[in-house]
Amino acid sequence: MAVNIVVILKQTPDTESVIRLAENKKSIVTRDLKWIINPYDEFAIEAALRLKEKHGGKVTVVSYGPSRVVEALRTALAMGADDAVHLDDIALKSVDFLRVTRALTAAVKELNPDIILIGSRAVDYDQGQRGAIVAEHLGWPHLALAVSLESDGKTVTIERPIEGGKVTLEAALPALVTVGGSHTIWNPRYASLPGIMKAKKKPLVVKKIADLGLDPALFKPETARIWITSLEMPPQRAPGRIIDGADAEDKARKLVTALHEEAKVI
Amino acid sequence: MIAEFRGGNFRRVSFEVASEGKRIADALGIGLRGVAVGSGVAGKAAELGQYGVERVLVRDDPALEHYLAEIYVPVVAEMIKKCDPAVVILPASVDGRDLGARLGARLDITLVQDVTQVVCEGGKVKARWPIFGGKCFAWSEWADGTLPIMSCRPNVMDCLPPDTSKRAEVELADIPIPESRSRVKAVDMDSSGKVELSEADIIVSGGRGMKEASNFALVEELAKAMGAAVGASRAAVDAGWRPHSDQVGQTGKVVTPALYVAVGISGAIQHLAGMGYSRYIVAINKDPEAPIFSRADYGIVEDLFKFVPAFTEEVKRLKSTCS
Repeated sequence: MAVNIVVILKQTPDTESVIRLAENKKSIVTRDLKWIINPYDEFAIEAALRLKEKHGGKVTVVSYGPSRVVEALRTALAMGADDAVHLDDIALKSVDFLRVTRALTAAVKELNPDIILIGSRAVDYDQGQRGAIVAEHLGWPHLALAVSLESDGKTVTIERPIEGGKVTLEAALPALVTVGGSHTIWNPRYASLPGIMKAKKKPLVVKKIADLGLDPALFKPETARIWITSLEMPPQRAPGRIIDGADAEDKARKLVTALHEEAKVI
Repeated sequence: MIAEFRGGNFRRVSFEVASEGKRIADALGIGLRGVAVGSGVAGKAAELGQYGVERVLVRDDPALEHYLAEIYVPVVAEMIKKCDPAVVILPASVDGRDLGARLGARLDITLVQDVTQVVCEGGKVKARWPIFGGKCFAWSEWADGTLPIMSCRPNVMDCLPPDTSKRAEVELADIPIPESRSRVKAVDMDSSGKVELSEADIIVSGGRGMKEASNFALVEELAKAMGAAVGASRAAVDAGWRPHSDQVGQTGKVVTPALYVAVGISGAIQHLAGMGYSRYIVAINKDPEAPIFSRADYGIVEDLFKFVPAFTEEVKRLKSTCS
């Protein structure tokens, strides 16, 4: 009954962050950013911990990126995950996400999980692809955008919102689930002080690409299939105007006229 | 182009994707082919011709009635191979985003998700997409010899006026449907005819200023008068006043309507990211210092409980005189 759960997480800038472009206009200024666990991955951690509490088992968190990522992994351990794997290899910095996902797949494969959970998207580059790609590499079923999750140890069942409704999906384990929804649905727990103290003693393994049995040549920058050529800020909006009037009714009349005659949107 | 077929019809976003596909194909001097899978799709597939699709490869089977990654991905991957395309585009809908990601991995090509603009320069395709929930945009380019594949955000690409005299040539594909370890257990469609946020032309959203769930009746009524979808800020969703599917923002939906009406929303940076791409923004807030006013085309400084009912009445009056 006990299930072996792996959660893949990414560290992203806090959603409160103001994003500024670096001088080369190909990346963002990162030095003043506050880093958090990608909110959707945090939902995945919460979902994993709930499964473990119900059925027993183990939760391993896996991430990649520079040394600051350790902080995100320790936070997940403090929330209640059992151990962590940090894929810390400079080669992953300069390749596309198809390559990064290949490395992540190799890292999770050797953990032999029954269920892999991962956020449905990341609030930075928002490609929403990691889960589907890992599942494809593993040849596993994947159920995407879960807003609820149940497992009896043999199968996993989720609800997935689609445009104009929702569907209920089920997969035989092993399977991968991407977690969507909101803070209200998952209400991820905070890391308690005792949790933080315990987390310091939990195992956190650092790995390189070569440790995963992958050929480092595949991760050379020139192997990238795609690259970002430039970043740009959204166009500045022309300054708007405050609609004044004698009272609410007067303002409402003027607004409707403006929307109908100027903007022509109603 | 990969069309999305659900409940016996192509979804509108399929026509937007076909239109964009036509523009790309013209720029590259090539033709536009469609790929469509679903239950009952064969009889409808010729419709894509109205939007510039010349030929459609179709796989029609009851087993394809509902989207399931494990079944759709191998089938669509085989169909794409048969078409030998120069570019692949599909809708960045809920299912399209999922299909595209796994399809990219299966074909070992690199998908760019949620594209809002495509340009073709010297035979090369470049795509623009929002990052950090719309706080910024990235332009991407594929390496030589790599098949560009992208999902296009609904409601952004201009849809061509349908040319009803044109029909696409339909070709049936004989591709086996694989066994799967996953299945669709239930489908529960909302029959209220509610407009989907990510595809809505007009959105009325409520925030913390609504004070309690029952006050959303005001927002609902305004939305009904305008033919709009209802959205909410994270504060309203966190308070339990609205379902998460209504949430607009960096951890909700990024929306692109022609008109966005923000009612009692102060304008946290995460919310501005999600709605900042709207063509026109109206902000209704009694606090003249609220950050939302810096983004609004039209600002109303007023108690929303007085203003919204008056606004609703004016909209109704306008609709009755126009019709």
